[in-house]
Amino acid sequence: MSRPKRPETKLVTVPSPNKIPERDIDKTPILECQHLGIDFGGLTAVNEFNMAIGRTEIAGLIGPNGAGKTTVFNLLTKVYQPTRGTILLDGKDTHSMNTVQVNRAGIARTFQNIRLFGNLSVEDNVKIGMHNHIPCGMWQGIFRLPGYWKAEKVAHERALELLSIFDMQDLAGAKAGSLPYGAQRRLEIVRALATNPSLLLLDEPAAGMNPSETAELMDNIVKIRDTFQIAILLIEHDMSLVMGICEGICVLNFGEIIAKGTPDEIQNDPEVIRAYLGGGKEG
Amino acid sequence: MVFLNYLISGIGLGSIYAIIALGYTMVYGIAKMLNFAHGDVIMVGAYVCFFAMSGLGGGSLPAFVPPLAGTLLAMVVCTVLGVVIERLAYKPLRQAGSLAVLITAIGVSYFLQNAAQLLWSSSPKMFTPVVSRDLQVPLPGGSSISVLTILTVAVCVIIMLFLTWFTGRTKMGKAMRACSENKAAAQLMGIDVNKTISMTFAIGSALAAIAGVLYLSAYPSLVPTTGSLPGIKAFTAAVFGGIGSIPGALLGGLLLGVIEIFAGAYISTQLSTAIVFGVLIVVLLVKPAGLLGKVVREKV
Amino acid sequence: MKRLGQMKRSTRTSLFTYALVIAAFVIVQLVRTFKEGGVGSVLEGQLIPICAYIVMALSLNLVVGVSGELSLGHAGFMSIGAFAGSAVALGLQSSLGSAPLRLAVAMVAGAAVAALLGFLIGIPVLRLNGDYLAIVTLAFGEIIKSIVTNIYLGVDEDGLQFSFLSNTNQLGEGGVELIRGPMGVMHSQRISSFVAGFVLVLVALVVIFNLVNSRTGRAIMAARDNRIAAESVGISVTKYKMIAFVVSAALAGAAGTLYGCSQTTFVATKFDFNTSILILVFVVLGGLGNMWGSVIAATALTILPEALRQFSDYRMLVYAIVLILVMLATHDPTLRGFFDRLRGKAVRGLDTASIRRGGKTEKGGDAR
Repeated sequence: MSRPKRPETKLVTVPSPNKIPERDIDKTPILECQHLGIDFGGLTAVNEFNMAIGRTEIAGLIGPNGAGKTTVFNLLTKVYQPTRGTILLDGKDTHSMNTVQVNRAGIARTFQNIRLFGNLSVEDNVKIGMHNHIPCGMWQGIFRLPGYWKAEKVAHERALELLSIFDMQDLAGAKAGSLPYGAQRRLEIVRALATNPSLLLLDEPAAGMNPSETAELMDNIVKIRDTFQIAILLIEHDMSLVMGICEGICVLNFGEIIAKGTPDEIQNDPEVIRAYLGGGKEG
Repeated sequence: MVFLNYLISGIGLGSIYAIIALGYTMVYGIAKMLNFAHGDVIMVGAYVCFFAMSGLGGGSLPAFVPPLAGTLLAMVVCTVLGVVIERLAYKPLRQAGSLAVLITAIGVSYFLQNAAQLLWSSSPKMFTPVVSRDLQVPLPGGSSISVLTILTVAVCVIIMLFLTWFTGRTKMGKAMRACSENKAAAQLMGIDVNKTISMTFAIGSALAAIAGVLYLSAYPSLVPTTGSLPGIKAFTAAVFGGIGSIPGALLGGLLLGVIEIFAGAYISTQLSTAIVFGVLIVVLLVKPAGLLGKVVREKV
Repeated sequence: MKRLGQMKRSTRTSLFTYALVIAAFVIVQLVRTFKEGGVGSVLEGQLIPICAYIVMALSLNLVVGVSGELSLGHAGFMSIGAFAGSAVALGLQSSLGSAPLRLAVAMVAGAAVAALLGFLIGIPVLRLNGDYLAIVTLAFGEIIKSIVTNIYLGVDEDGLQFSFLSNTNQLGEGGVELIRGPMGVMHSQRISSFVAGFVLVLVALVVIFNLVNSRTGRAIMAARDNRIAAESVGISVTKYKMIAFVVSAALAGAAGTLYGCSQTTFVATKFDFNTSILILVFVVLGGLGNMWGSVIAATALTILPEALRQFSDYRMLVYAIVLILVMLATHDPTLRGFFDRLRGKAVRGLDTASIRRGGKTEKGGDAR
């Protein structure tokens, strides 16, 4: 299941989405978690979570149901304020930030239970993602000043460009809530990308997808990393996806990290096999 | 001593608000709807009691019979009315948005008010109190407390005890709590959700009838719009205490009554309603789900 | 010039609404000019209130439909606009001769005061959610009513005089009482006109459509559809709910001024909970977020009680029954399905076709 090692050379622009480019993986961390933890009432949901993610790394966060994976995402995006520990984003402490500010600082995410703006069009969903990058204020909008038309045109083109990552530009006018399940998941990724993040958090991006859709998604995740030069941290139960594209994997059980390493190391880690994979077979 | 008198009348008024608020809060808890017609059920109850009492009065019956019979009749009529309203107007909208139900409730409220106006005209009727307002029990220290207030508070306490027992111990009460938590799950457990909701409306409306009789005994001018102001105030009281919570409704009602009387007495009669609402706003800012309500966090 | 079919749906809807309002205005003006007796004395008297209620419904729809927060105290902003605007209009009566200009200044003042109040009220209100938010707007509506009922404002050569609860103003020679506590406001001349009302409706439509179809409007709707997702893409939910709330309050204030200046006298208790509810009924019947629906509902439901005069005593009863039946009918699954089918297979066919097309390209990507 492990994928061929990439030669570590200088990055060139991606010639084709299907070809893995020659690039070097920048290992200076974009995100560092130190002793991160949160208690709900008396219950410790996450404890001593230490992890670093490289600037253009694809990392996986796996673990059995209820291990605290989504809670980690909620901590990173400040949906919950951590009880303990530090989160450094690009070297900056996010302690005093809220969800909105964390996003502006560079973390974008998708949700396990899809959270699209269901009544709005696909294009509008993406434009909402671009919100902080559209230079058009309220008065410009109300009075339809020249700035409005210019900003809307740029936003429209950018939205279609982003949608084209998943070949969704034809769906731009459809209502987001009416899309099939897989397309909704993809749209969430596009919307997160539209915020121009340096770290993208994907919460079970392949949930509910069939094997061919998953394979395509794997290609696209790598393509996104290569095109946008961002770090991606993903939660996923589909081991073929995790082992196939993640450069580093972190295994969580009962809120604590039980193993960290490359896919090969994780697959052979006795504790992981015991706690998670069970019986020594991969998932 | 003046202070004590104000406190007593505040508790008396608060008890009435609490009884109405209990009806509001039970219906909200189970149907998740703001039943704006609840105040008008109070008015209907008061009219029924009024006509029953004037029909029975003056005869050879013992003095306690007409008010008691009137109240019971009002309860029966309001119970039926509440169940019928729920069946005809609210039940078809159970899958619709909360706003649709809210507007329908407003429609029902208009309907009851205007039907009452056609049936009983808009000229005020003087409601005969169930217990004469002149009956006073002297208190040590020169002040006194009216029997009506004692009766009101006692009724409120009895209702409260009854509801606590009912929701905590009986099968139907437990079904109500289950439905208010999760209707679909309750249905899967074999609970008849429709029956449970009807039952809730029945109890709430019976309480409204009692509240109507007590309210009109204290403030005797009866017109078709009589119910709306106590209705809104009781609704406020329910929110005050944490809507959906039965002890919250009692606490909210009592506090609201006391604050209203004190604000009127010590600050300004013209502004007493404004002060009541001002206190409500402050309370909600400190405790966004009311005094005894629980904040439910959305799962991400 | 783009063709109609190629336009975005939002553009089509807004053009349709403008056309609807302009056509209605032209027809009414033609009838008033050329037909003997105009539109009838009853309707004639209702023309300005209809415009005011349309603007009220539009502005409330911005809060309830677009921003997704239930407000039960919208009449409070109308009240503030009516009183502030009327006070300005009365105060300027001697210095500003032109009535339309005076009305315009008064409307701007009414809108500004209401917007300021909307901002102040919004700070506590928007910290709450759902029904709690609704009850607090109700509370503010009642508080505004109580306070305005007790304001006494007068003006004379020495400037403004203000007193609260009891009238202690000592107005000099030639002084004017602007607001007279429970007695409300008295206008010696009614400066509102149907044309002014029409212009205000158009302004409200332009402001709301342009706001909704812009970056700001998208953020407002994002906050409505999914608060957590909106925050996750860097949208400050409170800020955009506040923008919707304040713009709505400003428009309601202007509508209040229009209404106030069309009456010889009015009092603060006119703008009570029932008025707030009445406007909410317009919005819900017209459809949440549907602006032309609000226009039609506000017009129809303002005329309906007048049209039902032949039923005399029964008219409000009929009104209530119509209201209940309409709510039941519009939410009946069978009828709904019927109307959905009526609404044209064309639209739905288009949607499904594009999704199918999308599905195909996805498969195409798969094969690559």
